[in-house]
Amino acid sequence: MIKSKIRKYHAPVWDEPLVMQMGQSGRRGSIAPKTESKIADTVGNALDLLPAGMKRANPLNLPELSEFEVQRHYLHLSQQTLGMMGISLFGTCTMKYNPRVNERIVYQPFVAEMHPHQDPETMQGILEVVNRFDHLLRKLSGLDKFVFQAGGGADAAYTQACMTRAYHASRGELEQRNEIITTAQAHPCNPATAAAAGFKIITLPLEDDGFPSVEALKAVVSNRTAALMVNNPDDIGIYNPHIKEWVKIVHDAGGLCFYDHANFNGVMTRIRAADIGFDACMYMLHKTFGGPKGGGGPAVGAYGCNEKLIPFLAGPTVETSADGSFYLKEGGENSVGRIREFLGNIPTVIRAYSWTRSMGIEGLRDAANISVLANNYMEKRLLEIPGITKGMPDVKGRRLEMTRYSLGELTADTGVSCLDVQNRMTDYGVDAYWLSHEPWFIPEPFTPEAGELWSVEDIDYWIDVLETVCNEARTNPELVKTSPHNQVVHKQNSTNLSDPAKWATTWRAYKRKYGVTN
Amino acid sequence: MMEKNKDLPTPHPFIANSAEASFNEMLKVANVTDIDELFEQIPKDHVFKGDWNFDPQIPSEAGLYKHLTRILRKNSSAEENLNFLGAGCWQHYVPAICDEMVTRTEFLTPVWGTPSSDHGRNQVWFEFQSQIGELVGMEFVGLPLYSFGTAGGHAIRMAARINKRSKVLVQSSIDPERLAVFKTYCGYPELDGYLEIVMVDTDAITGRINLDDLKAKISRDVSSLYFDNPNYLGVIESEAKEIAKIAHDAGAEVIIGVDPISLGVLPSPSEYGADIVVGTTQPLGVHMNAGGGVGGFIATRDDEKYAHEYPTLQVSLTGTSEPGEMAFGLTLFEQSSYGSREHGKDWTGNSVYLWTVANATYMSLLGPNGFAEIGKTILQRSHYAAKKIAEIPGISVTWPSGFFKEFVVNFDGTKKKVSQINKSLLSKKIFGGKDLSRDFPHLGQSALYCVTEIHTLEDLDSLVSALKEVTK
Repeated sequence: MIKSKIRKYHAPVWDEPLVMQMGQSGRRGSIAPKTESKIADTVGNALDLLPAGMKRANPLNLPELSEFEVQRHYLHLSQQTLGMMGISLFGTCTMKYNPRVNERIVYQPFVAEMHPHQDPETMQGILEVVNRFDHLLRKLSGLDKFVFQAGGGADAAYTQACMTRAYHASRGELEQRNEIITTAQAHPCNPATAAAAGFKIITLPLEDDGFPSVEALKAVVSNRTAALMVNNPDDIGIYNPHIKEWVKIVHDAGGLCFYDHANFNGVMTRIRAADIGFDACMYMLHKTFGGPKGGGGPAVGAYGCNEKLIPFLAGPTVETSADGSFYLKEGGENSVGRIREFLGNIPTVIRAYSWTRSMGIEGLRDAANISVLANNYMEKRLLEIPGITKGMPDVKGRRLEMTRYSLGELTADTGVSCLDVQNRMTDYGVDAYWLSHEPWFIPEPFTPEAGELWSVEDIDYWIDVLETVCNEARTNPELVKTSPHNQVVHKQNSTNLSDPAKWATTWRAYKRKYGVTN
Repeated sequence: MMEKNKDLPTPHPFIANSAEASFNEMLKVANVTDIDELFEQIPKDHVFKGDWNFDPQIPSEAGLYKHLTRILRKNSSAEENLNFLGAGCWQHYVPAICDEMVTRTEFLTPVWGTPSSDHGRNQVWFEFQSQIGELVGMEFVGLPLYSFGTAGGHAIRMAARINKRSKVLVQSSIDPERLAVFKTYCGYPELDGYLEIVMVDTDAITGRINLDDLKAKISRDVSSLYFDNPNYLGVIESEAKEIAKIAHDAGAEVIIGVDPISLGVLPSPSEYGADIVVGTTQPLGVHMNAGGGVGGFIATRDDEKYAHEYPTLQVSLTGTSEPGEMAFGLTLFEQSSYGSREHGKDWTGNSVYLWTVANATYMSLLGPNGFAEIGKTILQRSHYAAKKIAEIPGISVTWPSGFFKEFVVNFDGTKKKVSQINKSLLSKKIFGGKDLSRDFPHLGQSALYCVTEIHTLEDLDSLVSALKEVTK
């Protein structure tokens, strides 16, 4: 039953041209500092300083706009981005408030204008924050060291794949141990990064109780096993209660165990990776720890490991001297080298440290409790909407911070798909829900996650909008199928996107393919 | 009553439902009396019961700001000092509206929406891809990668998938930091997909790729040749066309790494033989952020051979149900790791997409004249610095001409180590160039100096007089 009054909404429509279509020849948005005459007199004409054959012959075909025009253009584009201006319960991404104070902090020169190769003596503030945050994560995980070089969760999974290589290589067993085991419900980045690192992938299928069986694991574990990479709970909200046994089975066979803690939010302050027996884990600072998502980074996959794996960590790591100051240490002979250049996305490490200190252990506990409670609150209301069913309905017990649902019945009744519903919800100022990672186990899936951010009124409103759209699907399915109607642009035509003759990832490609001149 | 409310949260500004009324309403609807009921799936012996001994909560913003800034003010930044460090992360001026755009909450905080509700951001992504394409002279550009090094690593793997060869030639002057990333991406001989990296010598006289060594090492089993232009040591590979031809004649792919800020004055790499162009995005309107400002890109011709090997996501311009209306959608999603798990092309995930907002803004601000102008300013200022430094007794510039932005300064004649010199410079509030003596021992006591448009005549003269003083 719809609880709220559905409000009027329309997205801003500027019908904004591409920046490449704007401006006039000769207009300037930026002037570079002019070289002083003494410099010019000393070195001569700039272009004469270039070797023969290495001077640009043709001017760049870039737009020419005034500074204000550029500013207004990108402000228009920002307004044409819904995101967190409405309600976004995008599951698996743990949408949070990104405290504005952190932007005030990290845009000051003592963060923004720091060079990674500075003398560590001049970087003590940054190194101290990294060190402090490392210690907070050690407490939350029970592990022994955290590093932040990985530029996202997938990069942390890749870090694990690289650590696995280095670990087994150091023992002379890598050629034999070339298999990594994961599950069908693990995030795609786990099998994908392990394969990119050279491993063969074994994916365990799910059983009726929502996770693979212990027997299935035992059947594939062998002296070829290099590592296990799993998440728990998964993004259906199911916790594998046999996970300690899993870890023991893999350890007994000589493999490493990596905990993809993408879904840490619901189990913060309850589950510590080390207590379960894992050798390493990953936290997403841009999700669980309050860092901004930026539409896809800069992100940080904080990677933590136990003593056994510390010698394999990528350099440089932050270490403490006897006098309490901090220094950077290069990796030793067993180090994996570099996953990425430098120390990682430092501003987001600072934001995450700040967020964690603001929360304290009691705040983290409250956040976990509230996110799981909110999910169970949603479930009660969502299952009252005709056409919505719960994913893996036979699995008993309360789900953790998210649950996957199916619109399959609604689709069967009306022909309206989960993507149509997603589009139509944006007509009410509610941005996309998450569907499901590949493979889909559930028809027409959707995965909302309320987390601790959204108020009970927001959650209610989100459900009310969904229910409104489900009602529309039954009374006027075309309205939903042709949606959106109140958005920046109409329903995207995706037929050109996979046609090599028609796709265009740049304006110059588009102009050639479609005969446009500008 | 006390028992029932043991888990009542403390109101916190980031958590709306930490208010007692909201919390109780949810408990009631969800039919929960004790919060632990919600965690019934988790076996009791999995749950941590010990003392956290956690750092105390700082719930007030004022307190938090003070705590963080008190620590971070222990830093001494490149703005407070005169900085000549480059080497993979460069201090350029960041226009104010670049910062305005990347801190806009609409761009800063979201994840994924629908093609219609994300339209503005998708357009920024398309404008990023398009403008990078103009700079490097390529028609197919993906969304950004984590860094220059990871872009190069993925490009090397793309080439190997295309021609099924397993050897990679890399110029020996490459950034050791970037090379270390390449090595990671090239794997281990014990496992599938291993690629062997072979270094191509740098000519000691010219600072450029040694063509004889390249000819000796090129063969039909070379998958790709990778080189940066300008190279890490600042030198412009002026024989790039010939280098690319040598590689092409052996059927190898040519991957060229660029700093896009050079492309207002230097030709696009596509003009001298690049098949795959990679590079950094950090100089285009992103602060150094202690190395947290880095980003990378991959660009190629719009040819299926390359397009089908991209590990990234990319937006394509398309239409909508309304005739004549523009929209953007992901192309080739199915070949990404999201679409195909371990059968996808390497992997993708969160990257540095927010920086495309700064990059697109920056490129739009500069335009063709701005890029030409900044390139010229950097050329003149860096050459002025090199010339004046080379006049100091005991100091020489290893390759005094044919460079862009960075150049190698040798201190052997001063009988001092770079590390000592840099310590002395630091006491004068100058960050000397990156010490090369460990990574390039054959260059002796040398440092890589970086001069950009931010360095004025006065700054450069201060450097010269400081160097004179500390090497006396």
